[in-house]
Amino acid sequence: MASVSPPAPPRPGRHPDAMDRIRPLGPLQRLLRRPDLGAVLGVLVSWGLFALVGGSSFSTADGAASYLADAAGLGILAATVALLMIAGQFDLSVGSMIGAAGMLLAILVVEFGVPAWLAVIVALLFGAGYGALNGWLVVRTKLPSFIVTLAGLFVLRGLTIALTRLITGRTQVGGVDDVDGGSLVNTLFAARIGPFSASVLWWLAITAVCAVVLSQTTFGNWLAATGGNEDAARNSGVPINRVKIVTFMLTGLAAALVGVIQVVEAGSADTLRGQMKEFEAVIAVVIGGTLLTGGYGSVIGAALGALTFGIVRQGIFFTGADTDWFQVVLGVFLMVAVLVNSWLRTRALKAR
Amino acid sequence: MTAEDVTAQPATAQPVTAQPVTARPATAPAGPVEPLVQLTNICKYFLGVTALEDINFPVYPGEVMCLLGDNGAGKSTLIKILSGVHQQDKGTYWFDGQARRFTSPREAKACGIATVYQDLSMIPLMSISRNFWLGSEPTRGVGPLRFFDGPTARRVAREELARIGIRIRDADQLVGTLSGGERQCVAIARAKYFGAKLLILDEPTSALGVREARGVLRYVRQARDEGLGVVLITHNVNHAYPVGDRFTVLGHGHSLGTFTKDEVSREDVLELMAGGEDLADVGADDGADDGADAGVDAGAGAGGELADE
Repeated sequence: MASVSPPAPPRPGRHPDAMDRIRPLGPLQRLLRRPDLGAVLGVLVSWGLFALVGGSSFSTADGAASYLADAAGLGILAATVALLMIAGQFDLSVGSMIGAAGMLLAILVVEFGVPAWLAVIVALLFGAGYGALNGWLVVRTKLPSFIVTLAGLFVLRGLTIALTRLITGRTQVGGVDDVDGGSLVNTLFAARIGPFSASVLWWLAITAVCAVVLSQTTFGNWLAATGGNEDAARNSGVPINRVKIVTFMLTGLAAALVGVIQVVEAGSADTLRGQMKEFEAVIAVVIGGTLLTGGYGSVIGAALGALTFGIVRQGIFFTGADTDWFQVVLGVFLMVAVLVNSWLRTRALKAR
Repeated sequence: MTAEDVTAQPATAQPVTAQPVTARPATAPAGPVEPLVQLTNICKYFLGVTALEDINFPVYPGEVMCLLGDNGAGKSTLIKILSGVHQQDKGTYWFDGQARRFTSPREAKACGIATVYQDLSMIPLMSISRNFWLGSEPTRGVGPLRFFDGPTARRVAREELARIGIRIRDADQLVGTLSGGERQCVAIARAKYFGAKLLILDEPTSALGVREARGVLRYVRQARDEGLGVVLITHNVNHAYPVGDRFTVLGHGHSLGTFTKDEVSREDVLELMAGGEDLADVGADDGADDGADAGVDAGAGAGGELADE
């Protein structure tokens, strides 16, 4: 070998002292490493609270059906928004997409006589396509996705209202449930199993798929890497642009699905549907232990965050208190959740 | 204005004081060993600024080439060319016997060039095993049911880390719980595992304490002994000298010379980096080491202790 100094013999068994410290990890520390622990506490505390003060009907099957239905729509959004936030991105246009996709479905069916199943597919494709546009804009302009999708929030809502008024002369479109051939669509999106609505099943299924994607697939690894350190991910060969665009497509698709479910359930569409859902989704995800800065989080946590949301909103209703107080409770919940989660994360990084 | 436009009217403003030294190439090693990397007259210009001018040096397999220089000397531009982030405007970059012009880090990586950046290689909030495999994840199953093979990922990461003396409780531990030196070692272990032939280390010890730096340098030497070519970028001579086989000193975008270890003392290299004016007597300055070395050794830190083993 050409080296000038002779290579030193390797010395197995002798390690630098600084790299040799291991302390046992207790079960408590192991538990504290879970990002969704805070959300479990949130569900337990809020459910326990309203079971006590919410009257007898809160803890019945009907009570459960009401907060599950409330949580389902938000939960469908939150599962995909969690993936997006773990990838370090925001999508503030999902609320507007709920209104836009629902209105698209209603107008196609009522005004143009398109078969319901086809209109549903068009609406879902529209959601995914708009998500791709969001992702493409973020990747190309390199602007923060917060800004790009904030613009989308207004543009999409404005377009929905303006075009609906242009086509129908109104901002609400009814009669979606009167069309022929809607039975399959009705079964899929608005069937009831006992007191429970089909949206709960959608919520569970989408949460399960997203959770598996995050923790059991290569794509899930890329999501966390993209949000955790974009440069390191790129250096390691992760196609971060594709990861972002695909994930924006998922949030767009989920928002369109929520819009479709709402319209099929109600039989009518309103241009204002889905308002504030973009923020509620972020809150549910953050309660679920996902970092606002990306790179770390949990889909199960987001589902639990959405469930907490539903329990609090319906719980206040069951207590008979003025539901105006909901927003106050929500704000406090958000603060507490963020504090608890940041404390848990500090613990996680200490748990060697 | 593009880089090509700039090349038309190259650095007339640049003093060419270092030219005599550049003209004296390091002697090629005896034997039939082909260099893994050979840079010939590499130049890089950024919007009217000469970042690099006529850089020449070889990197041999089984050798550590130390790239030394003060801030702004052109070290990082040079490693960006080596690792495919930038492309040279002039000159030839030979890698593994072929003239190369990498258009992306990914392409360079595919050819066996692994770059470990100071703090841009690891994702703190991801587990060790997932970091280790990032971008090359092992999977099992087929089609849409192809899943990340967690058990394999964990087992290999554990084994590879154990080989370099890092014992971890479990590979699910977050990288953020590792020390800076351990993170560097994990990054190097990863590069080796995925078949790197050339290992580029950007200031691997600059943020580390003495003991940790020693651990990383020991591992760099281990990688070299396993036959990898290593480019070690640093501004710390005391870290570079004990592990380096060959030294290239950069100053203001110019090469101040490439030397094998028997041609220069630690003190010479330090002087080159600091001044760069007294180049003429560097090679002949063999007798001047005695008094000076004592002072350098006192502050040698990690490198000194490593050399003394």
